[in-house]
Amino acid sequence: MTTVPLLHEEGFSLDRQKAFGGLFVALGLVDIFVFGLLANPGDAVFTFTLTGAAVNVPNLSLAPGPVCEGLGALSVVLGVAYAVFKLSKLPRGVISATAGIAFVMSFLCWADAGLVPLPFVSLMQATMLAAIPLILGALSGCLCERSGVINIAIEGQLLLGAFGAAVIASAFGSLWLGLITGSLAGGLLAALLAVFAIRYMVDQIIVGVVLNVFASGLTGYLYDQALVPYQNRLNSPNTFSPIKIPVLGDIPIIGPILFDSTIFLYITYAMLALVHIGLFKTRWGLRVRAVGEHPTAADTVGIRVLWTRYRNVLLGGLVAGIGGASLTIGSVGSFGKDISSGQGYIALAAMIFGRWTPLGATGAALFFGFTLGLANVLGTIGSPIPSDLLLMIPYAATIVAVTGFVGRGRPPRADGQPYVKA
Amino acid sequence: MSEHTDGGDGTPVNPSVPTTARAAPESPVPESPVTATGATPAAARKGGGISAHALLNAVLEGNSAVVTFLAIVSAIVIGGLLIAFTSPVVLHAWSKVFSHPATAFSQAWTIAASAYSAMFEGSILNPHTVSAAFHGGSTAAIFNPLSETAVNATPLILSGLSVALAFRAGLFNIGATGQFIGGTMVAGWIGFAVHLPVVIHVVVAVIGGFAGGALVGWFVGDMKARTGAHEVIVTIMLNYVMEFLLLYLLGLTVFRQPGRTDPISPSVAANATLPHLAGSNLRINAGFLVALAAAGAVWWLLNRTTVGFELRTVGANPSAARSAGMSPERTWVVVMMIAGGLAGLAGASVVLGTDFQLTPQIYGTYGIDAITVALLGRASPGGVVLAALLYGSLHAGGIQMQAQTQIPVDIVTVIQALIVLFVAAPPLVREIFHLRRRGAGEGGQLLAQGWGS
Repeated sequence: MTTVPLLHEEGFSLDRQKAFGGLFVALGLVDIFVFGLLANPGDAVFTFTLTGAAVNVPNLSLAPGPVCEGLGALSVVLGVAYAVFKLSKLPRGVISATAGIAFVMSFLCWADAGLVPLPFVSLMQATMLAAIPLILGALSGCLCERSGVINIAIEGQLLLGAFGAAVIASAFGSLWLGLITGSLAGGLLAALLAVFAIRYMVDQIIVGVVLNVFASGLTGYLYDQALVPYQNRLNSPNTFSPIKIPVLGDIPIIGPILFDSTIFLYITYAMLALVHIGLFKTRWGLRVRAVGEHPTAADTVGIRVLWTRYRNVLLGGLVAGIGGASLTIGSVGSFGKDISSGQGYIALAAMIFGRWTPLGATGAALFFGFTLGLANVLGTIGSPIPSDLLLMIPYAATIVAVTGFVGRGRPPRADGQPYVKA
Repeated sequence: MSEHTDGGDGTPVNPSVPTTARAAPESPVPESPVTATGATPAAARKGGGISAHALLNAVLEGNSAVVTFLAIVSAIVIGGLLIAFTSPVVLHAWSKVFSHPATAFSQAWTIAASAYSAMFEGSILNPHTVSAAFHGGSTAAIFNPLSETAVNATPLILSGLSVALAFRAGLFNIGATGQFIGGTMVAGWIGFAVHLPVVIHVVVAVIGGFAGGALVGWFVGDMKARTGAHEVIVTIMLNYVMEFLLLYLLGLTVFRQPGRTDPISPSVAANATLPHLAGSNLRINAGFLVALAAAGAVWWLLNRTTVGFELRTVGANPSAARSAGMSPERTWVVVMMIAGGLAGLAGASVVLGTDFQLTPQIYGTYGIDAITVALLGRASPGGVVLAALLYGSLHAGGIQMQAQTQIPVDIVTVIQALIVLFVAAPPLVREIFHLRRRGAGEGGQLLAQGWGS
């Protein structure tokens, strides 16, 4: 949770300063006394090279005891410094990141001690793969909610996107057509959300939840009715193959993680940049945010409030639809019932965790993706840590976030309130 | 302050609200919430009070019996079209619609009609069982569909009451799933791990189910009261936390049936099962009576007790409630505790009445269905019972339909969601059926809430 940068300088109170400092001290103590002292005998080994890589990075072998204790002591010292001294933004960020990374490293040392080597690059690749739908879903949330429409229907948008992409890619044998259809399918559900929320002014949380039920029922029905009997024709799409960016893709460690993936990762980069720059650096974004904060004022200066909201909800749906497509034609291929399995809700959580900003949401989505990836990888190295408890982390972290312990984000002022022209 | 008059079923009639988003459509609507949050940030932080009442309105007002009926009809028609036009036979017939138009239409009608008649036979009455009974068959078989409807409706009534009660206090409880799981865990554990005499065992297990759900609900209410954390977020997240907790527990030997490697708990003891009401051939059990009693209790709580009055007042207008000396925070905690307990009872009714074992998927879709039940039942106990019976019959009939016609049971979920979408948007239904608007500015009544956090 400490990987999320502190984006809002306002309201950084002494209480929060102490709370954060205390948190880092506590994490440090866990590093020392839980991970350091209770680790199994044997070293934790991390491998950094995938088979067939051009450059061979040597394995890293760490003795959990000294490493965890060292990292823990560092965290404790930094935590005390954080709580006592009034630091400016940059050192605060550095301390947060250090304590967070120290905690994760200690955890990994403890988890891998005495077991087969932990493939670090595979873990990070799994993280990125898991984070793609989360980031795109969270961007969808940002687009909607910055214009004042609550989007709980991200889950449904992912699901419909996954379904549409798999079916069309399979039926027409064209992955690109599948990608476009997935996006449009997400947009379709968003259109329903927009009509009910903006035109009929139904409570947006209610309509979002009901639309998720609708999407789940509809795709489940069509799956049993059409995809199971015609599995070969309708539900056997190819998947996008990884594209390696020349030069960048050959960088050791970073290359395979960031620059050797399917088109979805690059779309995600592009979307993140577009949404961030769009919302915060352009006149377009200023207008969107005005509509989300104070629609009456926006209307007064001639911004078309309802049109802006319709447009943003639709754009959000299109983006989330791509995220949904990544679940099928970006990874496993065929569609399965409820394949989104709550990832839309994690995306929503990431958006809230990231305080309604694209960059913050992405940070949170990466963190959540890491826990999902870790749950997979720990299973493969034979770790006794129950993956069920790891999979709980995103949800539990979000509860901690909304209870204000790590600082509360402020939603757009008019989020969730329909606009009726005066 | 707020004049809190009551309709027959406890519907707050037009509470005048100084700070809410409720406003005549002629007035600049967003102005009020903006100034309200701006003026009293502390109050706003304390829990979305400003918009709670708008949520209540969205649930309670703006629709009528006629709209509800038309919503159900529309959903069933759309469901029928979906059934017909995803059937290979019908699609084949329609590919020749210009040469054989009559066949195309009759095929579509046949498929949809056979689906719905199978649903009817599975949920209300199957004529074959009646004629079979005359020829020496079992009479119990005649009542099997009704029994199945009641069995399916039981957890829906209880979890629907959970969501409805929270609605009345201006809270949106999406967490019935998590509370349900809390209930099944405790009730199931008492059922298989504790040994108690007959009658006492089942009573203790049911109370345990209530307590398990209430604990989960209490956490949500307490978090909201203490920190202002929005209950929608906390409940959604808690659902997943509870799902994984259940998975984790089922991985432990304490919760694992001896000799099994898959995650499944031992069966609850015979003493702890809810007794059958109509012989062992019909699944209807005492859980149904518990559900009806709970509906009565919720009605009594809402309409005849101080707690209920406070609850409704807080739901209608937290600021007014605070001015009148009530504590919205305390009410939120109490309401979420009772609501959680009701969902926990639903869990107990399943693990002690029909499933008898804890499995990773025991929570099914009850928690989400509960929201649709509460919305369709307009958050009144009587309405919840009726809505749950309707959805219970759809579920029972859906299973029969799938067995008989191979049409996937998921269509029921689609119909369910469509009903609620239509019910939630009366203007849409009025547009479809060309009904006159019910007074000016209907749309303005449905002003929604924000995150409030």
